[in-house]
Amino acid sequence: MLAESLVVAGLIFVIGTLGVIVRRNVIIMFLCIELQLNAVNLTFVAFSRFVGIEGQIFVFFVIAVAAAEAAVGLAIIISIFRHYETVDVNNFNLLKW
Amino acid sequence: MWEPFLPSLIILLPLLGFAVNGALALSAARKSADAVRAGGEFDFFENGRPATHSLPTWVGPGVVLGAFLLTLVNFIGMLGADLHEPVIRSYWSWISIGEDPFSGNRLDVAAAIQLDQLSMIMMMIITGVGLLIHVFSVGYMQDDPGYPRYFAYLNLFIFFMLVLVMGASYPIMFIGWEGVGLCSYLLIGFWFSDEAKASAGKKAFIVNRIGDLGFLLAIFLLYLVFQRVDFAGVFGDAEAVFVYGGPVITTVTLFFLIAATGKSAQIPLYIWLPDAMAGPTPVSALIHAATMVTAGVYLVARSSVLFALAPLTSAMVAGIGVLTALFAATIALKQNDIKKVLAYSTISQLGYMFLGVGVGAYTAGIFHLMTHAFFKALLFLGAGAVIHSMHHALHHTKKDWDAQDMRNMGGLKAYMPYTWITMWLATVAIVGIWPFAGFFSKDEIIWMTAAMAGAEQAPYAGLYTVYWILALAAAMLTAFYMARLMFLTFHGENRTGSREAEHLHEAPRTMWIPLVILAALSVFGGWINVSTDLRESILGGFGWLPMGEWLHSWLEPVTEAAHRVQETNLGELAQVSPLGGGEWEWGLISFVAALAVVLTTLRFLGRSKVTVAVEDAEPTGFARILYNKWYVDEFYHRWVVDPVLTTSRFLWRIVDTKIIDGTVNLVGNGTRALGWVVSLFQTGQVNTYAFVLTVGVLVLLSMVVF
Amino acid sequence: MTEVLFFIFAAVALGGAVGVVMSPSPVASLLFMVTTLASTAGIFVLLEAHFLAAVQIMVYAGAIMVLFLFVIMLLNLGHEYQRDTRGIVAMIIGFAVTGGMGGLLAWQLGSGTSGLETNLGPGDAIDAALREHGAVGAIARPLFTEYVVPFELTGILLLVAIVGALVLAKKAS
Repeated sequence: MLAESLVVAGLIFVIGTLGVIVRRNVIIMFLCIELQLNAVNLTFVAFSRFVGIEGQIFVFFVIAVAAAEAAVGLAIIISIFRHYETVDVNNFNLLKW
Repeated sequence: MWEPFLPSLIILLPLLGFAVNGALALSAARKSADAVRAGGEFDFFENGRPATHSLPTWVGPGVVLGAFLLTLVNFIGMLGADLHEPVIRSYWSWISIGEDPFSGNRLDVAAAIQLDQLSMIMMMIITGVGLLIHVFSVGYMQDDPGYPRYFAYLNLFIFFMLVLVMGASYPIMFIGWEGVGLCSYLLIGFWFSDEAKASAGKKAFIVNRIGDLGFLLAIFLLYLVFQRVDFAGVFGDAEAVFVYGGPVITTVTLFFLIAATGKSAQIPLYIWLPDAMAGPTPVSALIHAATMVTAGVYLVARSSVLFALAPLTSAMVAGIGVLTALFAATIALKQNDIKKVLAYSTISQLGYMFLGVGVGAYTAGIFHLMTHAFFKALLFLGAGAVIHSMHHALHHTKKDWDAQDMRNMGGLKAYMPYTWITMWLATVAIVGIWPFAGFFSKDEIIWMTAAMAGAEQAPYAGLYTVYWILALAAAMLTAFYMARLMFLTFHGENRTGSREAEHLHEAPRTMWIPLVILAALSVFGGWINVSTDLRESILGGFGWLPMGEWLHSWLEPVTEAAHRVQETNLGELAQVSPLGGGEWEWGLISFVAALAVVLTTLRFLGRSKVTVAVEDAEPTGFARILYNKWYVDEFYHRWVVDPVLTTSRFLWRIVDTKIIDGTVNLVGNGTRALGWVVSLFQTGQVNTYAFVLTVGVLVLLSMVVF
Repeated sequence: MTEVLFFIFAAVALGGAVGVVMSPSPVASLLFMVTTLASTAGIFVLLEAHFLAAVQIMVYAGAIMVLFLFVIMLLNLGHEYQRDTRGIVAMIIGFAVTGGMGGLLAWQLGSGTSGLETNLGPGDAIDAALREHGAVGAIARPLFTEYVVPFELTGILLLVAIVGALVLAKKAS
């Protein structure tokens, strides 16, 4: 079970990375980041059977932090949307000096 | 063991004079600059005599007087002591370079001075004649605003010249060598606001520099051979280390020859000396007659043992000398500027000195150096007095004529009797009339040439015979042009103009007293070195006149190494000349011939008409070539100066601006380009950054894995 | 039995993930995400992390995804069906990078897991705790004793996040 779980987690992670690179909609990009987090959670849980309960506790915290991060991130996206009227990430180029 | 008396002070006194006069010159310059900037004029001549004049008048000649007295004291002391080795006083270690890791060589050069007979003679000449010229300058430069600066430079020159002759090693001598070159530049271009005069100074310095290269190369070679460059070390081992006539010694002496031709104005580097007449006349007297130009002769005489070991170079020295003597004499025949005639005369006489030291008669060369210092300084100072007087006269009537052109003079003997008489005494001395100084010195050189030509194992017998004949010819030419000079200046009728003639007057006392002293030396100065052969003949009054071979025996400790080499390799010197006849016979012949030339010239010129400079026609034919100095300057300009300028311009425009600057700019531009490339990453878009992040993670992962 | 279930859940999770990335509509992506989360929760159950499975469904799929949905609705994005993937270049680069990463992971996992189960021993590190305290107690006990500080800090973090979200999302007045 461990090896298969790890393979699945790895695949989900890689698909999430692809999504981050490929998608233009910033909300979906964010969603793919959540996918990555999910994959990591799976890895932790898979290992916790062999290493100890700490794996699951860590996943607990990851979920909590993911929630917080999702809230703040979406708030930012909303305020950007107010400025740009779009969520196409190609238009967000204020980071350029 | 003889103890010298305060020898360092001899050198330091002129340096002190330079410092004092220089400080005064700077403050005067500042005051005048401030005054001019404030809108006013700076009047140098308040109360008829400028305030800046009083201190240099006493300090300038004063320090030289002090140096002269000290030299005199030491000279007298050395006369009494029977000195066989030079006395060396070392003051501090100037250069001390440690062991070279490859060859184990060291270089130690001490700041040391050497007192022996040769340096003492030179010091007496420098300080003595220098003192007289300083005194003369007080009168000559009275009206010049640059008075303190002049004395500062003159004192500095005396300092450097003393360093040159008193140095105990070649590097110290080189310091003096360079220093006198510098002072020559400063003094020739003294009136630097006139561009031609400033250029003359530049020319002197640059041509000298070519010679300096030779000097340096010789020092380097000597170091390679000896690992030492002081005189004691080099001369002590020279005979043992060098092969007679070998390639190393020939190269070393050849480089020294190059140096000497630069400093002593011989072919091919003499071109700066006629231009140097742009400086004040006392400068011409001191530097370009009595002292600086003799540095080359001193160099050869000091390195006598090295030159004795290299017969090829010595023959070249003699050859260059006699050719220069003849060449310069021909040019002097057709010059109209009184100072130019004297300049070419100096070059010619220096050629004689070179001939002397070239054939191996080092004492004779130094002897002629000494007598030449007397009569040439006298001639220049006299010319200075004449020019001074002519300036005043022409200034009074605002006539726009050249004060130095002899065609504008004439009949000055009525107005300037002291100058006239003393200059005639100098003239007969230079021409070689018995019993004046130049006769004995020139005669000895000419005789030694003949003697060397006939030596038992003479290496270049035929060549030296030719030199001997050319030297005799040059002596005749000397008689001719000097007589011409005297006649055009002092005899005949006055061509300056009747209104001007009222203002012609004798020089003031500060100017004619040195002339008289120098005249006395020109008359009797030659009696200190008369060979026995001459002395016992009619020319020595059959032993009755108080003459002697003093100088020869005085300089013997210095020249004995060279003489030893000569005796071993050349054998006995001849007693008769190649054409037969002994020393006194030929002396008599040359005396009579010179006298005849002088009288004939005076007679011949007395009959011809001389036109003033502005009305005179251009010379034609062969005279034109002589007047234009055989077009040597033009030749150099075309074949040396212009190519150098063209190459420099090319190097500037193409190599420096395009290639070197271009490369540096390329680095800058390349960096900018690189920066532009990298800036493309900074799109400002979040997804780009996310992408880069991902790539980074990939890289890190790879690093962990591999 | 567990193997079969595991493969079903794994397949659904992967399918959902692909759907998130590929689907043109944002809402569809979101729903695919929920699917993936649910499947992962199923895998958690199979891996004896019962509590986490429940938490995943409740919090992750239930709250966070709903939040995403709210935002999508708020921004009125649900109507467009046009493609919003980036150009072909980005696709190629993306595939390359992720392919690389994937290959790397695969290789490592392949070579690393061969001896993994034997090296790590039997998968019974948590069995004792589970039997003694039950699923919830096994997590709760260390959480409130050893890890109580991170627990409290996480509470503060959530508070900060709430406040921050409020501030950021307010209309500028």
